[in-house]
Amino acid sequence: MKLRRDVFQAIADPTRRAIISLLAIQALTPTAIADNFESSRQTISKHIQILAECEILFQEQKGREIYYHLNPNGMKDIAEFIDPFRKFWDERFNELETVMKNYQSKR
Amino acid sequence: MEPKTSIVAVDGKQEIVITRNFDLPVDLLFKAYSESELIEQWMGTKVLKYDFRVHGSFRLQTTDQKGKQYGFHGVIHDFIPNQKIIRTFEMEGMPFGVQLEIYEFKKLTESTSHLRQLIIYQSVSHRDENLKLPFRQGITWAHNRIEEVLSV
Repeated sequence: MKLRRDVFQAIADPTRRAIISLLAIQALTPTAIADNFESSRQTISKHIQILAECEILFQEQKGREIYYHLNPNGMKDIAEFIDPFRKFWDERFNELETVMKNYQSKR
Repeated sequence: MEPKTSIVAVDGKQEIVITRNFDLPVDLLFKAYSESELIEQWMGTKVLKYDFRVHGSFRLQTTDQKGKQYGFHGVIHDFIPNQKIIRTFEMEGMPFGVQLEIYEFKKLTESTSHLRQLIIYQSVSHRDENLKLPFRQGITWAHNRIEEVLSV
């Protein structure tokens, strides 16, 4: 079975982070993206493919050209990550409270 | 239910402050951070090693549904019972860097206590990546579940 890529892997690479920054400003064609880098078009195209598989980018066909857009739901502002982060800690702390209350009552 | 935990992550700063009041006496709250068996229970992680003292070190390990193991480790810089723990923390083999964690424990009443957890990251971007982690894990887990369903 082919392993599904995750967002995690997408952001780990500096070139991919640079592509994300470029597309945050405007949608671009693969050629226009590649023009910003020293690497070969194939290399950049591979990076674009990974980002698309992670659903960070999506394609739009305009005439004969394909434009890549940043998926607004794939890359949200930091503020929007606070809620899952808080929920994660809140659940953990609730668990701590439960574990310690059981411990206390057993003493 | 309203979350009891508060998170402060100022834009452009490389730290996060997590605070929470507990319905537990401060010594019990501290115990939750200073006994391997209890850490294993509430964190859902295996404690491979934990020297609860200044210059001590620790190593934790979790296993995901697929049996993949993740290691975490750090060293302890300060360990004052019922008051303070200062330690470093790092996820092994992950690009999230090392973080400095300062835990302050305070007695509120005989049966309640307060925890302030200050986490300082290597850089602003390290902090932001760490902040996205629970969100990303959620995505990964969702994908794992989809894969499980599809591979049946």
